[in-house]
Amino acid sequence: MTESADKPLVEFRDVSFSHGSTPIISHLTFAVQQGETLVMLGESGSGKTTALKLINRLLLPNSGQVLVENKPTTEWDPIRLRRRTGYVIQEGGLFPHFTVEKNVGLVPALERWGEDKIKNRVNELLSIVGLEPNEFAGRYPGELSGGQRQRVGVARALAAEPPLLLLDEPFGALDPLTRASLQREFIDISKRLKKTAVFVTHDVREALLLGSRIGLMHKGELLLLETPENFLKSKNKQALAYQETLTLAPLNSDPVEGRA
Amino acid sequence: MSFWHFLQQNWPELLQHLREHLWLVFISTLIAVAIGIPTGILLTRKKSLRSPVLGIANVMQTIPSLALFGFLIPLPFIGGIGARTAIVALVLYSLLPIIRNTVTGILGVDANVREAAVAMGMTGRQVLWQVELPLAMSVIITGVRVALVIAIGVTTIAAAVGAGGLGVFIFRGIRQFDNNLLLAGAVPAALLALIADFGLGLLEGRFSAVRRRKTATASRRKGFAVAAITAIAVALVTGIYLGSRDSGSHSAQSQKGHVVVGSKDFTESALLGEIVAQMLEARGMAVERNFELGGNLPHDALLAGKIDLYPEYTGTAYTAILKHPPVTDPRTVYEQVKKEYAEKFNVAVSEPLGFDNTFAILVRGAEARRLKLKTISDAVPYAQNWRAGFGQDFMSRADGYPGFVKAYGLKFAEQPREMDLSLTYIALASGKVDLIAGNSTEGRIAALDLFQLEDDRHYFPPYEAVYLVRNDSLSRLPALSEVLGKLAHAIPTEEMRQLNYEVDANKRGQAEVVREWLKRKGF
Repeated sequence: MTESADKPLVEFRDVSFSHGSTPIISHLTFAVQQGETLVMLGESGSGKTTALKLINRLLLPNSGQVLVENKPTTEWDPIRLRRRTGYVIQEGGLFPHFTVEKNVGLVPALERWGEDKIKNRVNELLSIVGLEPNEFAGRYPGELSGGQRQRVGVARALAAEPPLLLLDEPFGALDPLTRASLQREFIDISKRLKKTAVFVTHDVREALLLGSRIGLMHKGELLLLETPENFLKSKNKQALAYQETLTLAPLNSDPVEGRA
Repeated sequence: MSFWHFLQQNWPELLQHLREHLWLVFISTLIAVAIGIPTGILLTRKKSLRSPVLGIANVMQTIPSLALFGFLIPLPFIGGIGARTAIVALVLYSLLPIIRNTVTGILGVDANVREAAVAMGMTGRQVLWQVELPLAMSVIITGVRVALVIAIGVTTIAAAVGAGGLGVFIFRGIRQFDNNLLLAGAVPAALLALIADFGLGLLEGRFSAVRRRKTATASRRKGFAVAAITAIAVALVTGIYLGSRDSGSHSAQSQKGHVVVGSKDFTESALLGEIVAQMLEARGMAVERNFELGGNLPHDALLAGKIDLYPEYTGTAYTAILKHPPVTDPRTVYEQVKKEYAEKFNVAVSEPLGFDNTFAILVRGAEARRLKLKTISDAVPYAQNWRAGFGQDFMSRADGYPGFVKAYGLKFAEQPREMDLSLTYIALASGKVDLIAGNSTEGRIAALDLFQLEDDRHYFPPYEAVYLVRNDSLSRLPALSEVLGKLAHAIPTEEMRQLNYEVDANKRGQAEVVREWLKRKGF
């Protein structure tokens, strides 16, 4: 990367997107800085996943511009752009007919790396995400637990050393304990690899835990974009609602008070 | 003769028909796969095309196979008589399951997986080949499996257009009332279908196992790939081998001095075809036999130049082909047919062969004796308690059913059963129906103890046997005129009935019976 650190890696400039006549995103403007993990927080239908897909050109904006490395996505070759962008979705979106090794090595293979180089990279990545290569490389996704699948999904997204990671509720379908351990590892990995990431979630705890900044999405609009500390201090109505869930949760777990 | 004894005796012929059958199924399924899978892929990309194309393929499948064959015969390039027509029809039947399952299989691929593939930076082609097709493969194979089983079944009908295959035994078996022949065709066809279904079922299971948990491992997948490739290679080699045999036997068609003799799909017509064929062969000509053509197929084939001649009856030509209302004077009918065939079709009509094969209204002999029936009029009072069974021909022709019941004021207990002509004799003898319209020269009339009621109101027009010959064939083959001249008025009714009886009741070979008769006649 030759760009200076203060130049944003991704930039939205007054971006609107609608599906038919239904507006999904309206007038979105923000930037993702090098090395940060920006969490898009919002309920279903808030437009956060759509925003993510606009970055790797799975969708194109109806108006405005999305810039990646200072170049509008409309001017990127979509194949090149996507191979430079790691993408992780719920359940990993792994190919059920490929082994773990082939899943993880997919983008390097598409990029025509040599066989040995791919193999070394796959082993390295599996170790990073905490899967013993000898044990897991030959398995199929169907032979893995949900958490293991998600680890493979992260490893696959990192494979060709993309400068940018996009994650769409990657841990949403996991049980709380597995989710917590994967979240910790994600923090560890992203610190170590200094990746820039855009992370979509509806879980405010996850957002607070992982985000260097939190963007709060509601009905296609970005209500605020703040550090976790400032998010917790915000008087925005939606932000308050999220803050409330944090304080209500322990009360609800009390059987007597919860019923009152 | 037991079935096993029959198989032992007819082993070489069974193998030959089995080979023909396999070849037809193999090549037509291969073509259907080559057309169907790309079409299916296209339909997943172009939504607007989906329902029209699937609709057309759907309609194809509902066309009865005999009707489809009849429609194909006069068409240039894809039509005609023999393997090519059969393959075209088989491909049309096989397309629907293959196209539909390709569409279903690809559209059924998990949207998350497809999205991940695109998001990884796969090109459209890579998504198709590395993700969509492998994941849809077990569904696609199910489609091929269905198509294959359909093809194996429909191929038995291909014998109707002279393509050979196991259907030859089945058609012959029905006509000759011979269960051994029927079984010799039906059992191997059924076994083939079961084997094909089972084999592709295994293949399909392997592909879907890859998608499921726990079982699949890399080494097993490799073993499977090797097995699949071997199987395909064996099938290909066999196919090519059979193909070379097949084309060898069909390539002579357009040579000079080569005659193609056709006939309808019943014993008498085949015998008349065989008579001409043997006489021409005795004069050193190469003869190809295209017997067992159903319905109006021989007429279409004659006009299309696929056959040079075939035996016909004047009354049939007059009413069914030329569409005139029935008349009863034999001379008028013959002259009119001769004139109009020359003008309309450039086809010559031979001298009458000497016998008349009119419709014979038949009842069981025991019934006739019990009720003292002699004529059709005698039977009218009883008919209201009877069921009737008629061939498709009789039901649809101008000189058939509608005029017949009107002329005699007949009423039956229920709407007559419309069925294959050959089957009506069996149906009558076994009491499934009580009255049928057969052929007067049918050998089985005596064999099954059936009684012919006299046509006392002279409703049925004359059906003198003649040969219909293309005029260009006559000028190309001088020997043909000589042979036809010899056969004029040479076959009296009793002799024809005897010939039919030898084949139908005594189960003797047509060629052998004809050879003896020609010898006796000194031809």
